Amino acid sequence: MNSRPSGAVQKLATGIPGFEHISFGGLPKGRTTLVSGSAGSAKTVFAMQFLIEGVRASGEGGVFVTFEESPEDIIRNMRGFGWDLQELLDSKKLAFVDATMDAGEEVLEAGHYDLGALVARIEYACRITGAGRVSVDSLGAVFGQFSSPDVVRRELHRMASALKRMGVTAVLTAERTEEYGGLARFGIEEFVADNVIVLRNVLEEEKRRRTIEILKFRGTDHCKGEFPFSVIPGEGIMVIPLAGDKLEQRSSTVRVTSGNEMLDEMCGGGFFRDSIVLASGATGCGKTLLVTMFVNGTSPDERCLLFAFEESREQLFRNASGWGMDFEQMEQEGRLKVVCDYPETMGVEDHLIRMKKVMEEFRPTRVAVDSLSALERVSTGKGFREFVIGITSFIKHQEIVGLFTSTTPTLLGGSSITEEHISTITDSIILLRYVEMFGEMRRGITVLKMRGSMHDKSIREYTIDGDGMHIGAQFRNVAGILAGNPTQLSEREIDRLDDLFREPGEADAPAV
Amino acid sequence: MNKYRLMLYVMGQTQRSQTAISNLQRICQNELQNQYEMVVIDVLEQPQLAEDQKILATPTLIKELPPPIRRIIGDLSDTGRVLLGLDLRTHDD
Repeated sequence: MNSRPSGAVQKLATGIPGFEHISFGGLPKGRTTLVSGSAGSAKTVFAMQFLIEGVRASGEGGVFVTFEESPEDIIRNMRGFGWDLQELLDSKKLAFVDATMDAGEEVLEAGHYDLGALVARIEYACRITGAGRVSVDSLGAVFGQFSSPDVVRRELHRMASALKRMGVTAVLTAERTEEYGGLARFGIEEFVADNVIVLRNVLEEEKRRRTIEILKFRGTDHCKGEFPFSVIPGEGIMVIPLAGDKLEQRSSTVRVTSGNEMLDEMCGGGFFRDSIVLASGATGCGKTLLVTMFVNGTSPDERCLLFAFEESREQLFRNASGWGMDFEQMEQEGRLKVVCDYPETMGVEDHLIRMKKVMEEFRPTRVAVDSLSALERVSTGKGFREFVIGITSFIKHQEIVGLFTSTTPTLLGGSSITEEHISTITDSIILLRYVEMFGEMRRGITVLKMRGSMHDKSIREYTIDGDGMHIGAQFRNVAGILAGNPTQLSEREIDRLDDLFREPGEADAPAV
Repeated sequence: MNKYRLMLYVMGQTQRSQTAISNLQRICQNELQNQYEMVVIDVLEQPQLAEDQKILATPTLIKELPPPIRRIIGDLSDTGRVLLGLDLRTHDD
């Protein structure tokens, strides 16, 4: 599964998509891992998903020890992820050890005690289910049930050693009060400190961002740092392993059309398949038209997927038919799928997971996203960057050509934050810019970058009319278009600039 | 006749188990004369009973009768608190 040497420590898959990737195979087998997180950080989901995977993958039983929520509540809550716990309980593939406190029942302490019964019950539950996996949720709640923290700490220590002795792979959850503070309350991290995972649920720029970090795996390797994750209905936890994604993208020499002959020419013969093209421009300068042409360029044996975050399906189709393109027809033939969404409907992590899912189902050969800037609105800087890396690497693995648009905040020149984030990731960049000339707004297009190919370096004028986009001649007498400060150049100035780059010894060099 | 029904959950034949059993026997003989029934359950032998009763700590004494049901954990060496738990003493005593 992974080529990294992980020593003698075997790993056990958790069934959490992406986690296997960042942990190089899963949780260390036969060991205990502390999963620490604040309230609402999806600790319980993690603990349960780990058990479900054992049953699903190898029929291995699981035991869930709960100190906080009643088994009935857990069964109900987990239904939303599509997990039928009742069925697993009935078939003795799963057992609960209910260690919750009965509200209202008074417990008196009269002398020395230990938590021997708890350990005995866990061992018993493992015996009847044949469990190799045990989850304990959550340790902090035990402290509320007994008066002496010292006794509880000692007894939890004993439980941890018992789990180790039994040879099961265990997940112990613990709550923390701060996202970047002590690992867990009551100092309980000490005795399960072999492996520590931290789940975070941070409020950043008014947006919730969930991340998972493997803090340590004793004696075995893992990816470092925080990775975003999402909790998806019907699925459970999904980790987005960004930096973990291998950068072994195929780079094909196959060219596909951009939908515009002249633009193809400027790019040196069309876009590369397995490449990402970023089109940047101010509002109204023709980005959506570029996308529309790109969609229309879909050949009969191709499939195109369009994610539209700014315009509705009706708007897009109407505009297209205005330019003489029949999207309705393409859709009926199964060559086009349009997914329209308000960016605000979910977090950018959820958008990524959903978009990947749609792509996996539809298997497109070209994908357009209009626009990335709209998604940027609903994410944090870090989150957006991760999104772009995630979607880019996914697309590049699939023999898909991708066209992303990005809106510049200023009308003339300028760059958007979107570009800052992703210009190094994309293979090609096309700039659409307004050019102010003699009291008139004109439009210029240029191919700024075309990885692995020669391309036209000039800035060409283009016009938009009822037939679409027409790319014309180069702006010859204007400078400073990209800087947003176009200046008219006189003929003499142009000649002087030409001379600047001419070798003195060149045969056709004019006399100075 | 058996007015008190007392279930004592212990784990194994440990010193702590023995202490709890003898403490309970002493208290019962002194306070309840013969009006009690006492059952000792080893959670290692009958883990399902421990599961049903949600026993965590050992020893645990459950007073099933008379109501209300009450739990007392520990080796019962604190006689005063045991009597309190069995409703044989009030806080004022």
